Amino acid sequence: MSQVARSKGRAGFITGFLVAPLALYLTFVIWPYVQTFGYSFTNWSGQSPTFDFVGTDNYATLLKDEVFRGALWHNLLLLVFVPVVTILLALFFAFMVNAGGRSGAGGVRGVGGSRVYKVVYFFPQVLSLAILSVLFGAIYRSDEGGLLNGFLTRIGLIDAQHPVEWLNEPDFVLWALLFVVVWHGVGFYLVLFSAAMQSVPKDIYEAALLDGAGRAQTFFKVTLPLLWDSVQTSAVYLGIAAMDMFVLVSTMTSGQFGGGPDHHSEVMSTVLMRNFLYFGKSGYACAMGVVMLALTMILSIVTLRATRRERIEF
Amino acid sequence: MGSTGEGLGRRDLIKRSAALGLITVPTMSFLSACASGGEETSTKGPAKAPVTKENPFGVGKGGKLDVVVFKGGFGDDYAKAWEAAFDKKWGTTSSHLGTQEITAKLQPRFNGGNPPDVVDDSGAQQIKLDVLAKGNQLADLTAVLDAPSLDDPSKKVRDTLVEGAYEQGLQGGKFVVLKYVYAVFGFWYSGKLFKEKGWTPPKTWDEFLAVCTQAKEAGIGGLAHQGKFPYYINVVIMDLIAKKGGLEAMKAIDNLEPNAFEGNPAALAAVEAVYEVVEKGLLMPGTNGLTHTESQTAWNQYKAAFIPSGSWLENEQLKQTPEDFDMKFLPMPLLADSKLPFEAVRAGVDEPFIVPEKAANKAAGLEFLRSMLSREWSTIFAQQANSLTVVKDGVDPSVKLRPGTQSAVDALKAAGGNTFSYRYPDWYSEMDSEIQNASNELMAQRIQPKEWIKRAQAAVDKAAKDPNAKNNKRV
Repeated sequence: MSQVARSKGRAGFITGFLVAPLALYLTFVIWPYVQTFGYSFTNWSGQSPTFDFVGTDNYATLLKDEVFRGALWHNLLLLVFVPVVTILLALFFAFMVNAGGRSGAGGVRGVGGSRVYKVVYFFPQVLSLAILSVLFGAIYRSDEGGLLNGFLTRIGLIDAQHPVEWLNEPDFVLWALLFVVVWHGVGFYLVLFSAAMQSVPKDIYEAALLDGAGRAQTFFKVTLPLLWDSVQTSAVYLGIAAMDMFVLVSTMTSGQFGGGPDHHSEVMSTVLMRNFLYFGKSGYACAMGVVMLALTMILSIVTLRATRRERIEF
Repeated sequence: MGSTGEGLGRRDLIKRSAALGLITVPTMSFLSACASGGEETSTKGPAKAPVTKENPFGVGKGGKLDVVVFKGGFGDDYAKAWEAAFDKKWGTTSSHLGTQEITAKLQPRFNGGNPPDVVDDSGAQQIKLDVLAKGNQLADLTAVLDAPSLDDPSKKVRDTLVEGAYEQGLQGGKFVVLKYVYAVFGFWYSGKLFKEKGWTPPKTWDEFLAVCTQAKEAGIGGLAHQGKFPYYINVVIMDLIAKKGGLEAMKAIDNLEPNAFEGNPAALAAVEAVYEVVEKGLLMPGTNGLTHTESQTAWNQYKAAFIPSGSWLENEQLKQTPEDFDMKFLPMPLLADSKLPFEAVRAGVDEPFIVPEKAANKAAGLEFLRSMLSREWSTIFAQQANSLTVVKDGVDPSVKLRPGTQSAVDALKAAGGNTFSYRYPDWYSEMDSEIQNASNELMAQRIQPKEWIKRAQAAVDKAAKDPNAKNNKRV
C-alpha cells in the first residue's frame, strides 16, 4: 500500500468516528447558538412563533439597560472574587493537609488528622446547588429562626427586634452568595490540589527543608510553581461558575428569578430569564444571551493566555 | 482535515477545544432555552359534531382532552373529578397533568403549535397572560359566555357569573381568560388571639396602628408581610390608595395616567401610612426577608397580629394553622377622608383558565369551561379546594366552609357592590415588578414615601409606552 493511500484510509477511519459527535454537537450546541443570534434581531415574545425583525434595536436597548449593566458588573465582581478566594483557600488548606505538618523525623506530611480533613472538606461538593440554596436559606433567614441571626442574637451581637436581613441587604447580598459558592467549591479544589501535590516528588520538599526553607518559602517557591497547571484549570472553571450563578441567585434572593433586593444581586442570567419568561421579551433576552456568549468566550481566552507560563517538568 | 503535524499542535488543539467546550457550559442552557421549536400546525383533532343547543361548540364524541392544571394551593383533585365527569358525558379520553412548572412544561408546546386543550395558567411560574395574548395564543372565550348555562338553559353563562369575572378576563379588549376563583383581599388575623388579648378588629388606620402597638407591647409583631414577595405589601398600599382616592384613583393607575401616583394626594397618604408602620417598628422582626410560607407560618404561630393576603390563605396554610386559630378576614382599614366605606374590599377573580387558540380539541376545551361554570362543578371545586368560584351562588348550601372562608364570604356580603380590583398586574408585568421592587425598598426603610411615588410613577410612564397600552383601557 502506498503512503498516500494509507494516510487516506486513516483519515477516513478518523472521520468515521468524528461524524456522529460532530453532528450532535452541531445540532444541539451550534444550531441553538445560531438560532439565538437570529432571534436577537427580532421582537419575539417567546410564547408564539410569530415575530417581526427589528434590526439591532435590542442591542441598542441593551446598552442603555441599567439593570443589565448592573448585572454585568456583579458578574465581573464575582469573576474576580470567586476564583481568587476559592483558589487561595483551597491552596492553603491543601498545603496544610499535605505538607504543612511539622517535620519530625525529616519527612514531609500534613498536619495532624489530615486524612479526616480531606474527607470533611469534600462534603459540601456532594450537595447539589438546590439543596445548598435551601440550606443557606435557613442559615441566612431574616428572622430569629435563621441560624446566623439566632446565633448572633444569642451572643448579644444583634438586637432580636432588628435581625439582619442578610439576603435583603443591598450591601451584603452579593457577598452572602459569594460565601456560599466558596464554601461549596473549596473542598473540591482542595482535593484537586492535593492530588497534584502528591505527584510532586517528596525529595524536592526534602531538599528545600534541608536548605532551611520555611513553610511559606516551601509553598511559594516549590508547591505553587509545580501546581500551576491545576491552578490555571481551576481558575477557568471557577470563572465559568462566576459567570453563571443562576441557580443560587434565582432561588435565594427576592424578585422574579431573583436579583433582589432592588437588583443588588442581579447577574446576567437572571436578567435574561426574567425578560425571556416573565416580561415576554424573548428577542431582547436572546440579545443578552449573545452578549453573554461573547463575554464568556473572551474571558476564557484571556484567562488561558494570561496564566500561561513556562511548564516545569519534574 | 489538515495534517496534525504543523500549525496547531495536537496538545494545543485539545486544550483549545476543551476551553471552547467549557465556555458553552454556562451559556448553553440559557441560549438553548432561547431556541424555539419549529412552526408546526396541528392537523389532528377529532371530527366535529353538529352544533346544537346542548352541544353549542360541536364537541365530537370520543375525542381526546388534554388538561394541564397548576397544582398549587388548591391541589389538583378537583380537576381530576371534573375530567372524570367530562369523560363520562362526552366519551372523551382525558390526559391530566398537575404541575407547578407551567412555563417549563408549556412554553415549548405553545411555541411548537401543539398546546393542550385547557390550561390553568397559574402560580409563580405561570406564562404571563399579556404575553400569551400578544402572541395570539388565546382562544376567544366570548362563545362560552354566550352559550346557554348548564343549570338553566334559558340563561346565558355570562349571566351566572359574579361581578368582575368578565372585565378581568379581558386582554386587549377581548375575553380570553376565565378566572375561576373568587378571592377577597385584605388583612387576616386570629380570632382566638384577638379575643385573648381583648383587641377589637380595627376599622381605621389609626386603630390599626393602635392594635399593632399593643401587640408590640405584648411581645408580638404588629404586621407581618411576605417580604420576599412584595406583591402582598402592594395589596395593602394599592387598597389604601383605592379606598382613600376612590375608584378614580385606582383607574388612573390601571390607565397609566401621568398623575397616577405623582401629584395624587391619596397615593402619597397611602404610602406614608404604610411607612409609618415601618418607622414605628411595628413590623414583625425579620418579615422583610421571609418567603410567603415562612411569614404566614410565623403569623400562624402568633408571632404577628396581622398579615395581608387573599382568601386562598386558609387553604394554603391548612397544615400550619392550629385547630383553634379561628382565622378571620378584615377589610383594609380606612385612612382619614376615604371615599370608599370600610366594608369595601378588593374582590378579585383569579386562577386563570385558558383555551389555547391552537388547541387540538378546541371545542372540547370550550365545553370544559362551560361545564366548570355549572353549579355541580363549582360545588366540586368548593369542596376539594376550599374556595369560592366565580359562579354566582355556585356552592351548594350543604357544603360547610372553614372559618376563614366563611368570614371572607361574610365580608363580601357586607361589601355588596363596593368591590374593586386592579388590572395593571395582568396588563403590565414589568411595571408591576418595578413597583414591587420599590415597595421592598420602602419596607426596608431604604427609600422614603416620596421616592416610592417617584419610582412608581416612572414605572407607569414606562408602561405607557407599551404598544399594548392603547388596547387596555378601563372606564
